Amino acid sequence: MKQTLKNIFCLGVKELRGLCRDYMLLALIVYAFTMGIYITGTSAGDTIANAAIAVVDEDRSQLSQRIFDAFYPPMFHRAEEISMSEIDPAMDEGKYTFVVVIPGGYQQDTLAGRDPVIQLNVDATRMGQAFTGAGYIQQIVSKEVNSFLNNGQEIKTPVKTVVRNRYNANLTQSWFKAVMQLVNNITMLAIILTGAALIKERENGTLEHLLVMPVTPFEIMFSKIWSMLLVVLAASLVSLTVVIMQVLAVPVNGSLLLFTCGVALHLFAVTSLGIFLACIAQNMPQLGMLMILVLLPMQMLSGGSTPQESMPEWVQTVMMIAPTTHFVDFGQAILFRGAGLDVVWKPFLMLFGIGAVLFIFSLGRFRKSVAQ
Amino acid sequence: MKSATDTGVSPVVKLENVNFHYGKRAALTGFSLEIAPRKLVGLIGPDGVGKSTMLSLITGARAGQTGKITVLGGDMSSKAHRDAVCPRIAYMPQGLGKNLYFTLTVEENLQFFGKLFGHDAAERRRRIDHLTRSTGLYNFLDRPAGKLSGGMKQKLGLCCSLIHDPDLLILDEPTTGVDPLARRQFWDLVDSVRESQPHMTVVVATAYMDEAQRFEWLIAMDDGRILDTGTPAELLERTGCRNLDDAFIQLLPEEKRAGHKTLTVPPLSSEGEEIIAIEAENLTRKFGSFTAVDHVSFKIRQGEIFGFLGSNGCGKTTTMRMLTGLMTPTEGRAELFGKPIEAESMETRLRLGYMTQLFSLYNELTIRQNLMLYARLYRIGEAEVASRVDEMLERFQLNDYENVTPQSLPLGIKQRLSLAAAVIHRPQILILDEPTSGVDPVARDLFWELIIELSRRDKVTIFITTHFMNEAERCDRISLMHAGRSLACDTPANLAAARKAPSLEAAFIDCLEEADQSSGEKVAIAEISEGSGSSGKRKNLWRRFLESNNPKFSIQRVSCCCWREFLELLRDPIRATLAIFGALLLMLVMSFGISMDVEDLKFAVLDRDGSILSNNYALNIAGSRYFIEQPPIRNSEELEERLRNGELSLAIEIPPDFGKDVEAGREPEVAFWIDGAMPSRAETVNGYVTSLHKQWLDERNRESGMTQGSKINAGVETRYRYNPDVLSLPAMVPAVIPLLLLMIPAVLAALAVVREKEMGSIINLYVTPLSRLEFMLGKQLPYVLFAMISSLMLVTMAVTIFDVPVKGSVPVLVISLILYSMCATGLGLLASAATRSQIAVIFMTLLATMIPAVQFCGMIDPVSSQEGVGRVIGTLYPTSYMLLVSRGVFNKALGFADLPLELTVLLVMVPVVLLAGVMCLRKQEK
Repeated sequence: MKQTLKNIFCLGVKELRGLCRDYMLLALIVYAFTMGIYITGTSAGDTIANAAIAVVDEDRSQLSQRIFDAFYPPMFHRAEEISMSEIDPAMDEGKYTFVVVIPGGYQQDTLAGRDPVIQLNVDATRMGQAFTGAGYIQQIVSKEVNSFLNNGQEIKTPVKTVVRNRYNANLTQSWFKAVMQLVNNITMLAIILTGAALIKERENGTLEHLLVMPVTPFEIMFSKIWSMLLVVLAASLVSLTVVIMQVLAVPVNGSLLLFTCGVALHLFAVTSLGIFLACIAQNMPQLGMLMILVLLPMQMLSGGSTPQESMPEWVQTVMMIAPTTHFVDFGQAILFRGAGLDVVWKPFLMLFGIGAVLFIFSLGRFRKSVAQ
Repeated sequence: MKSATDTGVSPVVKLENVNFHYGKRAALTGFSLEIAPRKLVGLIGPDGVGKSTMLSLITGARAGQTGKITVLGGDMSSKAHRDAVCPRIAYMPQGLGKNLYFTLTVEENLQFFGKLFGHDAAERRRRIDHLTRSTGLYNFLDRPAGKLSGGMKQKLGLCCSLIHDPDLLILDEPTTGVDPLARRQFWDLVDSVRESQPHMTVVVATAYMDEAQRFEWLIAMDDGRILDTGTPAELLERTGCRNLDDAFIQLLPEEKRAGHKTLTVPPLSSEGEEIIAIEAENLTRKFGSFTAVDHVSFKIRQGEIFGFLGSNGCGKTTTMRMLTGLMTPTEGRAELFGKPIEAESMETRLRLGYMTQLFSLYNELTIRQNLMLYARLYRIGEAEVASRVDEMLERFQLNDYENVTPQSLPLGIKQRLSLAAAVIHRPQILILDEPTSGVDPVARDLFWELIIELSRRDKVTIFITTHFMNEAERCDRISLMHAGRSLACDTPANLAAARKAPSLEAAFIDCLEEADQSSGEKVAIAEISEGSGSSGKRKNLWRRFLESNNPKFSIQRVSCCCWREFLELLRDPIRATLAIFGALLLMLVMSFGISMDVEDLKFAVLDRDGSILSNNYALNIAGSRYFIEQPPIRNSEELEERLRNGELSLAIEIPPDFGKDVEAGREPEVAFWIDGAMPSRAETVNGYVTSLHKQWLDERNRESGMTQGSKINAGVETRYRYNPDVLSLPAMVPAVIPLLLLMIPAVLAALAVVREKEMGSIINLYVTPLSRLEFMLGKQLPYVLFAMISSLMLVTMAVTIFDVPVKGSVPVLVISLILYSMCATGLGLLASAATRSQIAVIFMTLLATMIPAVQFCGMIDPVSSQEGVGRVIGTLYPTSYMLLVSRGVFNKALGFADLPLELTVLLVMVPVVLLAGVMCLRKQEK
């Protein structure tokens, strides 16, 4: 037992020393966890920001002019006026996401209570903006029409509404984007560090040599896990406390300690995944392909880019075995909603389970994969 | 300094005052040398004295630091001269098959080099047949180079260097690990080539003194300087020795010789009962239909030195792997100290020391760190670790290199390190696979001194393979192996006597030849002289090659590289399958998975009123397809709690007296609590709930007949163009294709180059006429082709399975995809040129492709709504433009005329990315 711990420690230190020699890799890690997060964090505008919009004004009335003027930054680019015949080519080119067409006699019809209709063309290939943008435009037009009808006074409605966005009152995109980028970087780095390092050892013959020594596959695997876990954990904590909390000034509501525990559990799961992939792949290019195969869905479907509840049922079920799903889950809960262990125990348990299953499976395949 | 130009002919190689440093460590200091043409020149000296450095400088594989190096009449620091003479120089680097491609067959390796030097098909066939017949590789033409034994790899490496009739042939320890018979054939081959090409100069570094004997001129080196030069006879005369081994030792400075004495092996004491340490009975191992080890049996007594001799590839290493438990025998059994070998038994492993043929310690640890690690893993007490490591450093004379990583060290030093690691825990059984290959004579004797001491004093049983006959003679018993069978097993003297041979080597070769008679090796050697008759027209081949091929850029070389890369892809069908079917699978999962229409959002109501009206209000929201109602909320704490644990995306709080207040026109306020953790979702929730609210108001107005003035919703008719049902699928499918076609080809191409760096075959870029651009294009094109196959399948899948038709111009799609895959592979190559390790390049490529493509290029949020650096990246990245083209052609029915900007940008990016990659790649090692 004591010897096992000692072996795990020695082999882990060896991993760390090896990593220290790969300056390029170190530089990349530093970049990914500082600049990488910062760039993603700062590049995220609002959902509707600087949306390209054009107006075809066939009415040329006071009301149509008011509507035209109602589109302004930061939500929209200043509206451009185009003619009816320009709509198709301009939208084909992707020049505008939205084109508002105000028909002739709109103001007259409105005043006469004939309910005229404004046409809104939306480039639906831009899924991200299409829906929300159309909603905003509808609201803006309604507001202008109503204020025109009531001479600028606010109209009286039977029921008022107040919207309270919890945990991110202004819905600042960068908070979420930066944290999700951190999740993605942690996952990517952990898988690469363990998986690729294992394949490299196999290709160099060092792994085979270890297996004739009094060292067990369990010790070898576990040493890789703890050492890489430590590296990534340190990188992510620095990234979280310095880049995200200080530089990007994202307010963190929850317990950092709990989050750190969660990251460690996630790392256990993904480093095990890395080892698992390395046990399946025969060489580095195969591992590269496997990693894309695993990383891409883990990043895109974890709920970090688009909400998981709107994905088809089977995708949600499949994604339950992806560690990132649970990471995104508890990450949001702890960092933004300030949730405690009573809330996040489920994703924690899932992560541990995923890690344990992958670890045990890899353990079974380890020797076979080396002595091919 | 010393000169070989006795006849006044101008020298082929001239080094003047050359210095070379690796960091602080000096490899060559004030080195001057001239080598006369047409000679067979030998370079001898201890390990790590700068032999390899000097050779790589001469070939131009390594860039010089100070001093002047003139080769074949020009300065090697001039790129023009290097390019011009490159085809006239052949270089075989140190190490087993460093210049070979292991997944390619023998034939394909040779074809590659032949094509690279511009031979036509018939010429290549003739040369390959000639070279392989004379080296005994002819029967193995179809075998992958990686599956050849160490010695055969060396032979193949030589064949590859000889294929283009160089004027200057540089061999760095070419016969390390090659069996005596093959070595003889090797030198016969070199002789016959020299006969047919008398103008050729050969420079060889070697650790075998019996080989040095046949060289015309010897250079003895030490510590980056020349000790002495002359013919072998002159050196013997000057030192007064009988053989070169002794002469070499005599030449060394006093302190290096100190402690060296002629070794004698005391006889193995036979008193007491005999303990059998290793026993094998009918040990057999098959790989498919190939039998590597065929019913081998032996018994080795404790303390015995047991030698394993045999031709390359006869199953020695496989036998050893079975004894260590790394490999399970197909048949038969093996025992250590009377116990069957169990792979999992730690006890057995502690008793065992093992040294592999290929260096298998950590390149990223220093020598001391390596030894410390091994000491600890072998459970040496912490108190003793440091002293034991010091002892080993001392014993194997590694003190000078203690804090250096093995990567940059010569083979001989690495071998010593491996040995030290194998004996550090004082094992009872030592299994050593060619431990002294590539080690200099002095160090070899030191090592044997240790072996003898371990065996005789500590009763360590030693199982060793070697190709040195003087070492074999020191063994107590030898087993002669051939083709998996043990031919004879006895003491060296008895073996020689049984064959009536004058020496063990003669007996060994005799034995091998007898066993090998059927393969017609001798006939092949005879053919060499026959073939050499027609060599007249070959002589100036390189000149014709220069005339017929532009040295700067040749289509033939590009196609040759492509062909080789393509073969490598074919050899690894799993990789290709993974890449193609992986792409299809990803497309399936992601196109369905990434859904922009936010639906099924969970909400609950905190109804503080409980009136009919408040109930009606809640029902209006629950009735929409966007929301799913959860059990009602009872109080504020519960509202907070259920938002916090992520159960609800939206909570609606209806104030007390809502119904009454509405009737009374007091404008009650309904609160929407939205979980803002994910802003984009919150935004959507807000949009939905606001419009539902207004619908409810309109509905109420209509019911109560209040239509005057205040219209809540102005009539806006929304037309979702290109995707009228606002389905995610038609929008996502065209976006997923560019993403997949970026990442997969980029990672494949990136690894293709860095693998060559790690495996060593990048040396072919340094020493052949291959230019960087040719190399890059050769790497790129197979993956572009591959990406096109992949994209064809993806587009087919989009049209058939997803029912997303290509509405626009198909040629535009095809052209843009070709350009785009060139950009993608180019990006991969750029990453590979900038990195050295495969791990770093995978990380770099993923960072540089996945993040920009997913985040900044308009896949989800358009480029126009990005800010800061992300906006800049989005504007410059090819994926942004490919996305526009892809969505344009798929969804908007666009053609050439509509997408001039996007296509132009892609077209411009191809050469920009490729050239950036070429600029970052080095044509010489530093």
